[in-house]
Amino acid sequence: MKSLGKMLLEEQPFQEIVIGNTALVRGMVESHVRVATTYPGSPTPEIASAILSIPADSRPFYFEYSTNEKVATEVAFGASVNGHLSCVFFKSVGLNVAADSFVQLGHMELTGGMVIVLGDDPGANSSQNEQDNRHFARLSYIPVFEPADPQEAYEMFLESASLSTSRRMPVILRMTTHVCHAKQKVSFQGWDPLPMDRTPRFDPASGPYVPIARDALNLKGKALAKLEDLRKYAETSPFNLVEDNGNLSKGIITAGLPFLSLLDVLREAEEIPDVLKLGMIHPLPRSLVLDFLETHEEVKILEELDDVLEREIKAIAYEARKETLIHGKKELEDWVGEYTPDKVARVLHNTWPHMVSPPEDPAEPPIAPRPPQMCPGCGHRSAFHAIKKVLEAEDITVADIGCHTLGYLPPYKMGEVLLCMGHSTGTGSGLSLFNDSRKVVAFIGDSTLFHAGMSGIVNAVFNRHDLTLVVMENGTTAMTGHQNHPGTGANARGPVEALSIETLLEGLGVKSIRRVDTYSQGKLMKMVREAMAEEGFSVVIASHPCMLKFTREQRRKEGYTAKKVIIDQEKCTRAMNCISEFACPSFQRSPDGSIWVNPELCIGDASCIQTCPSHAIGMDQVDRESRKGGGK
Amino acid sequence: MKSFDIYLTGVGGQGISLLSEIIIRAGDHAGLAGSGVDTHGLAQRGGMVVSHVRFGAERTTPLVRQGKADLVIALEVSEALRALYSHARTGGTLVFYDTGWQTLTVRLGQEDPPDSKVLEEACMQRNVRVIGVRKQDLKDFRMQNMVLLGRIARENLIPGIERQHYEQAMEDLMTGPMLSANLEIFHEMLEED
Repeated sequence: MKSLGKMLLEEQPFQEIVIGNTALVRGMVESHVRVATTYPGSPTPEIASAILSIPADSRPFYFEYSTNEKVATEVAFGASVNGHLSCVFFKSVGLNVAADSFVQLGHMELTGGMVIVLGDDPGANSSQNEQDNRHFARLSYIPVFEPADPQEAYEMFLESASLSTSRRMPVILRMTTHVCHAKQKVSFQGWDPLPMDRTPRFDPASGPYVPIARDALNLKGKALAKLEDLRKYAETSPFNLVEDNGNLSKGIITAGLPFLSLLDVLREAEEIPDVLKLGMIHPLPRSLVLDFLETHEEVKILEELDDVLEREIKAIAYEARKETLIHGKKELEDWVGEYTPDKVARVLHNTWPHMVSPPEDPAEPPIAPRPPQMCPGCGHRSAFHAIKKVLEAEDITVADIGCHTLGYLPPYKMGEVLLCMGHSTGTGSGLSLFNDSRKVVAFIGDSTLFHAGMSGIVNAVFNRHDLTLVVMENGTTAMTGHQNHPGTGANARGPVEALSIETLLEGLGVKSIRRVDTYSQGKLMKMVREAMAEEGFSVVIASHPCMLKFTREQRRKEGYTAKKVIIDQEKCTRAMNCISEFACPSFQRSPDGSIWVNPELCIGDASCIQTCPSHAIGMDQVDRESRKGGGK
Repeated sequence: MKSFDIYLTGVGGQGISLLSEIIIRAGDHAGLAGSGVDTHGLAQRGGMVVSHVRFGAERTTPLVRQGKADLVIALEVSEALRALYSHARTGGTLVFYDTGWQTLTVRLGQEDPPDSKVLEEACMQRNVRVIGVRKQDLKDFRMQNMVLLGRIARENLIPGIERQHYEQAMEDLMTGPMLSANLEIFHEMLEED
């Protein structure tokens, strides 16, 4: 078997099939990154998985899971002004959390250099929106590279690190979901290991680093000057290139994954336009863009999400009195969703109907969609099932980010309002104002509580808000792939003392704290009822380990035997609670209306047994060996 | 050069990523340039999961266009039906593992359970060659992906990739008892009558 960790430290040039996220880590190794930080979030968590594939003692840089993206940014900044090249990476909306620190970075003399890897998520595959973080780059005067595939992601990381170090400024590498996860054979250069320089080089004279009074304005001027200087680099950067197809009439300016979609679509096109593919998208190479406009009658800006390039290119054209017809976004749909080849074909057809035919809309399949759902045995299911029974229909439930967000989907419909990480206590507090009739229950996961949940809790205590917070503790950061957090007892380098959520809450001044395992549904119902009856802010820690993680760990153990539940058809009264209320996906319906348990799904956790009013669910005593595959 | 486009689908937890990675690496061992992309993140929790693999195209997106897949590989019947409508091309092939993981709608009795007969008829109507696979004595459902791979290899469903290329790819990605168990299933399927 090939070892990823070994491959990443290979000293000779080599080629390997990797995803974009992994290719970046080789970029970190080769560019001698010394400090890397993150908070897990899709589409970037596999960057950390690749780093962790290198054993901690041979990792050529320090790596940590920070408590949130803002802290991760600050740790990387601190390392950089101490002379170490650093890299922080996180998902699109993570930048909102990091923003307060992030927007200062361009103002600072980053003596060690710092690369910020952003995982934007066009299509909102795993995010609450599809925000376009190129706006943030403009806001903060930080340059941006945008790769289209893993090979470019790796090459642009090297270039970002090199520019960042030599110009002592931050550089953004903006990835998108299907660049992070695209897989291809990438050619890597050699790696020349350097001994770790442990000299702390922070020098206030390199600053100023304290932006008060006039210095804040001076620093802004410096940031602008650095960015403008980088525009000269952009003009000749090998990452901005023209594909000259000899078309004097039509050209397309594009970047990132939409460029690859375009190549695909153009293979069946009636006319092949010239293409200016931008690799550095901020600052724009003004002369290169002007040349391209000048040499074409019409230019289409093919741009995923917002009209960032379009506005700037139109401004460049206006200032230079260019009369090229510039086609930007035509309709609201052009702003929404990932620019897949099908989407690009449609957008291009709407601009130049003769060039490509629009994709045919596929016929609707005769089956309902399959949204994600809580796994078999998930403690959150038991929690929602029990808590729903305690609530009145008009009570208000507030969700947060994490696996428990799936409680919003039928049949539970628990957690019916959501903004972002850590919002639930604050939003719940607001919902409790002028409200004597509808109880408010907010939810939050354990990793999210450490990430952004604490200030809402302190506020609820401080301002005496009247609501109940249920901490859905599963002992991991489950949705993004089971990363450690301050409550798990290990960090990215080894075991540490786990932070207790009770102790934390007590320290924050919470007076009413209860803890229960969610599989004890009766006890959980009683506790939530009691907590809700109290005046003021109360917390119930509804705990059960993530069963996906737990089951995977069990399967690896010697002598593991799978357990299943089974339905006693004689006892079953077809009350259907297991399907319509508890709704573990293991329960399947036969055409005759009887219920059976799918052995491919059931993990034998038995959490369902107590939910059957007819006592028809029991453990399957049959030896697993004698069972033949899955039923239907 | 025309690419060979493969669209893989199933439900989170069925082992699509491994299957996809084996195929793309097998292609590499066979000298085929390939690219691919998988679903990650939230959808992996029991939702629909897909993977795209493309061989032989020049520089291009890893995403397979709707209605253009030469081969659809499905680990579950209802997802096979969904992929037939969205991605299978006329004249292409759909190979599926004959198992059903019901959606909530089915479980609530609002829709019929997944049915391989319905799928096979729909494939014929749309002029897509259909191959259903099921190994009755399979002990561990997590190896259904290897059952499919064995059948894919036996029927040469991916032009240019031979059995030894699949074996090499499996050796790249697995080791020890996991490798031998998976190879065993793969070989059984190669020799199945």
